[in-house]
Amino acid sequence: MGAASADLIHLVLGIFGVLIVASVIGYVLERRLSPDGSNAAIENLNARIKAWWVMVVLIGIAFIAGRAGVILLFAFCSFAALREFMTLINTKRADHWALAAAFFVALPVQYYLLWAEQYGIYSIFIPVYAFLFMPIIAVLRGDTERFLVRIAEVQWALMICVFCASHVPALLTLHIPGYEGRNVLLIAFLVIVVQLSDVLQYVWGKLFGKTKIAPRLSPSKTVEGFVGGVISASLIGAALWWVTPFTPLQAGLLAFVITIMGFFGGLVMSAIKRDRGVKDWGHLIEGHGGLIDRLDSVVFSAPIFFHLVRFWWSLS
Amino acid sequence: MGTPIEWLAKPASVAIVLFARAITAVRAIWPESGMQTRRCVYFANHSSHGDFILIWTVLPPRLRRRVRPVAGADYWLKSPLNSFIGRDVFNAVLIERDREARKEDPVTQMTQALDAGSSLILFPEGTRNLTEQPLQPFKSGLFHLAQARPDIDLVPVWIDNLNRVMPKGEFVPIPLICTVTFGEALHIGETEEKAEFLARAEAALLALAPKRAGD
Repeated sequence: MGAASADLIHLVLGIFGVLIVASVIGYVLERRLSPDGSNAAIENLNARIKAWWVMVVLIGIAFIAGRAGVILLFAFCSFAALREFMTLINTKRADHWALAAAFFVALPVQYYLLWAEQYGIYSIFIPVYAFLFMPIIAVLRGDTERFLVRIAEVQWALMICVFCASHVPALLTLHIPGYEGRNVLLIAFLVIVVQLSDVLQYVWGKLFGKTKIAPRLSPSKTVEGFVGGVISASLIGAALWWVTPFTPLQAGLLAFVITIMGFFGGLVMSAIKRDRGVKDWGHLIEGHGGLIDRLDSVVFSAPIFFHLVRFWWSLS
Repeated sequence: MGTPIEWLAKPASVAIVLFARAITAVRAIWPESGMQTRRCVYFANHSSHGDFILIWTVLPPRLRRRVRPVAGADYWLKSPLNSFIGRDVFNAVLIERDREARKEDPVTQMTQALDAGSSLILFPEGTRNLTEQPLQPFKSGLFHLAQARPDIDLVPVWIDNLNRVMPKGEFVPIPLICTVTFGEALHIGETEEKAEFLARAEAALLALAPKRAGD
């Protein structure tokens, strides 16, 4: 990791600083406004800040553990996300082997191919091989009722939870001249920009939000929050250019693309939740809901960010 | 000290709990009044052989140690592995379901276990529910037990989604999130008839089933 170490340490110290400030604010708010734990918004805020500490420490440990740690962490995220997704979709007994194959074949194979840095196969394994073999496995049971719906739902679960999510650790496989050994910082850049964008959209929305952007999908999202969040997160992205192979302008533009994709990813995923009649994908993370609730914007931005960087900066 | 079987039972129970959590991320939902801590009879819907394992997993270890599932002897003594899990790990109250063949009265076995200080997990449907209905009609065991020990708390418990994790005839479990919802305890009325009591117990259990879009 060598060359990345100094920058990584600066980044981690910066994140710890932000979290310490957030924790202090949360503590003061709790003392002033919710000493008996009665203010739901403040309780939720503090639960979220605690969960952020846990998530940052887990990602930090994965970074220290290197390539294997990062790949294992995201493989676990894919597993937990796939479990949340499959819980909510329509499956029948006839889909049993197709579901088992998604969990115990498609998921491990995708992450193994990433580990082996086989771009030629891991970039098509799910959209080509898994997409064709899943319906073949399911059709062997001969149950045609709502067949297309069942297959489409399982395929989408794999696409979102495994294929898209795996493009975060896939950033480690890029070979960028002059940036050798520092790819883990690209993951940090992506994750920080996406997550700050979510938080800033929420903060701007709370402070100045008036105009609802998609009231039927997500009542808390406002135009003011969206614009403020996208601009401020893009500026922070530009300010983080020193951890990336990009110029400040390029870093800002990529951060802009990441935040836009993240925003619409969140919207798409809440449309699915509305359709299924649930508020959260699950209960894995205290205060945040399920893992997908935290990951929805990352999964939409990761493949686009990966391919933009690969196309313009990478040799492989 | 103990026999090798007893030595194995403890790590086996830890492994079973970890496995159940890894596959189902099981979560308990307690009633408003909080977790039942007194000795009681949990009665639950039955769709899988893993049902009592899920209840057992979400109970805190302090309560878990004195909970005994009531299970069919025919299944849990079928093989050495079944009997190790059923008898040695979970200390099940094994009852003979075949009326002709049985030597002991199931209700007597259950009251003895309660009197000895254990809580019970009971599946009043008798067998696993393989129908499309959410619940099969209750057998009379719960009524006779409630009559024999009218003071005991009867706690309804709804186990959700485990039937999708491992449907009948499959042996590879699909990781799906399960919940175990505990209701408020109920008691038998002094003059309550069998049909009336069983209908009330069924309704209390069914009321815990989550409502889903499309249902």
